[in-house]
Amino acid sequence: MKYTKYITSVASLLGLAALLVAYSPVVAHSKSKLKSGYDFATPETQAMQDDDFANPAFVWVDIGEEQWSKVDGEAGKSCASCHGDDANAFLKGKSTTYPKYSAEDGKMRALQHQINYERTNRMKAKAWKWESDEMLGMTAFIRNQSKGMPLNVSVTGDAQPFYNKGKRSYMLRRGGLNMSCKNCHIDYPGVKIRANVLTNGLPNGFPTYRLKWQKVGSLHRRFRGCNKNVRAEPFKSGSDVYTNLELYLTHRANGMSVETPAVRN
Amino acid sequence: MSKDKLKTAVLGRRQMLKSVGLGALALAGTGLGSRSAQATPEKANEYLSKMTSGVAGTQGKVTVKLPEIAENGRTVPITVTVDSPMTDGDYVKSVHVVAEGNPNPEVISFNLSPAMGKAEVSTRMRLGKTQNVRAAAIMSDGSVFTGTKEVKVTIGGCGG
Amino acid sequence: MAKKPRVKVPKKASSGDIIQIKTLMSHKMETGVRKDKKTGKLIPRKIINKFVCKFNGKEVMSADLHPAVAANPYFAFFAKATESGTFDFEWTEDGGKTITASGDITVS
Repeated sequence: MKYTKYITSVASLLGLAALLVAYSPVVAHSKSKLKSGYDFATPETQAMQDDDFANPAFVWVDIGEEQWSKVDGEAGKSCASCHGDDANAFLKGKSTTYPKYSAEDGKMRALQHQINYERTNRMKAKAWKWESDEMLGMTAFIRNQSKGMPLNVSVTGDAQPFYNKGKRSYMLRRGGLNMSCKNCHIDYPGVKIRANVLTNGLPNGFPTYRLKWQKVGSLHRRFRGCNKNVRAEPFKSGSDVYTNLELYLTHRANGMSVETPAVRN
Repeated sequence: MSKDKLKTAVLGRRQMLKSVGLGALALAGTGLGSRSAQATPEKANEYLSKMTSGVAGTQGKVTVKLPEIAENGRTVPITVTVDSPMTDGDYVKSVHVVAEGNPNPEVISFNLSPAMGKAEVSTRMRLGKTQNVRAAAIMSDGSVFTGTKEVKVTIGGCGG
Repeated sequence: MAKKPRVKVPKKASSGDIIQIKTLMSHKMETGVRKDKKTGKLIPRKIINKFVCKFNGKEVMSADLHPAVAANPYFAFFAKATESGTFDFEWTEDGGKTITASGDITVS
């Protein structure tokens, strides 16, 4: 009797799993073969991303480019004053290593933290808010200079304990729906959640233009949304929790090409 | 966790992850309007009639390119192509696009000229739900041609 | 903050070529039927309602936009290259404010 129940439940689980796998149009065949969000998008969305002129995110990249040579703050400097007028020459390959460990802070720094550190300490200018057009523009511009290059964060040495924290965050169930990031992005990529296709949930296209937001947004903003979706209290953008989670996610995507600025649903 | 509890927990997740039929109302997200104001093909016809000064349209010459399924109703790429030589004597004067299922049918009106050489325009529109999108082209000789395309608009499950 | 429109006009073309022009204007296209989450009041409509493209002063294409045009209005259209000159683009917002951009082309 006991075994019948067990066998039935396992069989129904397998049956449904097979149904789910058969039904969905895009399936990650192996957990180790991670795909970019691009591969899960419709052809129209992919076309929007591929055309620099159709891609609305470039409005923000332009903002970042403008800010690069704009003098701001009491020190009378611009980014270009220290890093040179040729932004691409300096920036190429740099953002692929963020988040990075900061000995000064004793913890991880996301790209936004580093930008504000430079602004407040060297430029003597005001820090930019995480989701401001300037910060979105600058991070989109910076990461765009590494477009096509593989993500390459370090999680050994000083970064290791923070990587572990990020990983734990990812696996932890939370919220009213009691779900973890893993439940959607590791257990069911390629499967539909209502009419959206679940992706591997990787950050290689951020900051990204989201059709839903109708503007460019940061990875931490996306985390906040995901947390709210499972009825969990979101953390603040720029918080240690999200920065460590960003480190874990970026490491998962190590080797994947930067697509910033991407267009996602 | 007992096997029964495990089954319930997994089923609960499965319920969420089950794919729902297409065509669910997605008005709230697009910012297009309240559910009480509904466009109908009749309203769209009325509007087009106004634009064409009452001239009836013939199906043909107008191709409306839209995705089968819109990834997100807030940004749906559309291209309208009209078969026309676009010469000074024979060209497309205007193209009017209507969304039959939006709270208000009018989307955009293009004014074209022979200087374009090709009667093809692209833009992006907002669609509140699954519906037909129609384009009416008024030619330089006063004739009107129309084309239609159905777009399925869905509600996503992962806002964020 | 003010965002500049992006325009793509080919720099060179041969006479008779049909060239493609693309424009992207950053704008929320506020429909006027959304409610402010905090106050419950309707957010007033503010959209780009007109787009005009001229070549050497003469209108090539124009559009009358309604709230159903997606945010960050994007246009792609064609023009016949006949002579060298400048394409002028103008976007008009509800209330009358205009934003302009231009692109030059050399036609041989």
